[in-house]
Amino acid sequence: MPKQRSTRDLSLIRRLIRSGKRNETLFIATGLAALALAVLTFLALFIDMLIDGSPRLTAEFFSNYASRKAEKAGILAAWVGTFTVMLVTAAVAVPLGVMSGIYLEEYAPKNRFTDLIEININNLAGVPSIVYGLLALGMFVHTFGMGASVATAGLTLALLILPVVIVATRESIRAIPGSIREAAYALGATRWQTVQHHVLPYSMPGILTGVIIGLSRAIGETAPIVIIGAVTFIAFLPGSPVQSAPPFISFDWLSAPFTAMPIQIFNWTSRPDAAFQANASAAALVLVAMTVVMNGLAIWLRYRLRRNIKW
Amino acid sequence: MNAPEAKPDLDSLPIKAEAKQLNFYYGAKQALKQIDLPIYDNKVTALIGPSGCGKSTFLRCFNRMHDLYPGNRYEGEIRLYPDDVNLLASAVDPIEVRMRLSMVFQKPNPFPKSIFENVAYGLRVRGLKNRTELEDRVEQALRDAALFGEVQDRLQDLASNLSGGQQQRLCIARALASEPELLLFDEPTSALDPIATGSIEELIHALRDKVTILIVTHNMQQAARVSDFTAYMYLGELIEFGWTDDVFFRPKQKQTEDYITGRFG
Repeated sequence: MPKQRSTRDLSLIRRLIRSGKRNETLFIATGLAALALAVLTFLALFIDMLIDGSPRLTAEFFSNYASRKAEKAGILAAWVGTFTVMLVTAAVAVPLGVMSGIYLEEYAPKNRFTDLIEININNLAGVPSIVYGLLALGMFVHTFGMGASVATAGLTLALLILPVVIVATRESIRAIPGSIREAAYALGATRWQTVQHHVLPYSMPGILTGVIIGLSRAIGETAPIVIIGAVTFIAFLPGSPVQSAPPFISFDWLSAPFTAMPIQIFNWTSRPDAAFQANASAAALVLVAMTVVMNGLAIWLRYRLRRNIKW
Repeated sequence: MNAPEAKPDLDSLPIKAEAKQLNFYYGAKQALKQIDLPIYDNKVTALIGPSGCGKSTFLRCFNRMHDLYPGNRYEGEIRLYPDDVNLLASAVDPIEVRMRLSMVFQKPNPFPKSIFENVAYGLRVRGLKNRTELEDRVEQALRDAALFGEVQDRLQDLASNLSGGQQQRLCIARALASEPELLLFDEPTSALDPIATGSIEELIHALRDKVTILIVTHNMQQAARVSDFTAYMYLGELIEFGWTDDVFFRPKQKQTEDYITGRFG
């Protein structure tokens, strides 16, 4: 039998602890450096954008249409376009995505077919956005004759974020313990009552977060709306949804041509004039602010709604 | 031991429910074998046995919980009296069965809603809408579960703010509110400390005047303390059934005696 090394040698133990701690310090330093690189790069870009763009952030910038004169140009058409497109996107993607997610989690049998659907949905989340643009160009613009309209863009982006919404819905449903479902069933609830009274309310924080994160992805998408033919220069707004004469509401705005924030930014960036570059920076700042606000809202909602849900 | 000194003849006791030649399969695996067991009216019947012997599986047959998952299959009958209906018949809707029987689970599982809404939920599912009636019945159920005094000032608070023992009594109140014909307990104290366990046991003992109780427990002392009848199960089979003090002090089977005296299990 070989001679065993003592594991009770205190000086050896102390040496081992010291060397272990040295490695730890090394790791902390590397990790911090990696984090700093990521954060500082973003900060540098953001500060550069702030310096270039902030002088242009006046009230007129928000209320003026695009113009050939850089100092008179604004983002009115762009932000209204982005806003209306997002409205359509949310109105389409949320019900479709949430209902699909609920069906897949609570009703669909677990078999090869549903496995296939699941794999497909996960793959769809990774499909490049330009592919959705091509699909929309063929289907919505040409086959359905919807043109390059607010509705087309909204539907395109809705398709784009649909997998995100479905996956978020399924994951937050899966986070509900089986014992809560069993409690409802044991009290005599039907499947739909269980979904309606328990599954859906308890998964709402996760679903909302998923929806908002999907929307904040859609808001910056450029490729698909370039493909479907967003206008780069536009000097009017989509028609108002409310009217003074009966029937008081109008859906004309859906079929109006549009531009959006990323398109406007792209257009200004491609101009040689430095003044337009400043406009682009300012518009990009607004877009970043929109995204930050949406993500902030997601975090706040999750915090707010989860406070009451403890298992 | 709750059985009186002179035990009445078993044939003269009214029966609330009865398993007859019950087999149960998880897919191809048979989990219960040919179980025959009477559940006497307004008595507490305890199911004991080592882990994996099928006692929880048996309990969950009564309210058709196995129907929630694919691949499960029953054979045989569980008859509920006095209307003599087979709870396991495919013509009987499992939801109807769950409307008649109630269940309390291993871990307290209150809904993340208010105390009031937890107890009222079963009543709402049964179509009760009148606010005053709901309030009265919620209060009665909370009283029956010996919880009302502790929560009467905070019925709108979240149930998750209660302690573990209170949460389990809330689950009992929730189960009682719908006036079940049979109350099923699945190891109701396994997640609780000894003091909370004591109060739940007292409660179960007191409840048998109102409702027939079937309780699964892996704590033999608990079975001895709360039950009138005890059934010992092993590997999916019913080995012995009788008055609790008979099973504990005069077991007929060697196996039962080994388990109870701690030589096995």
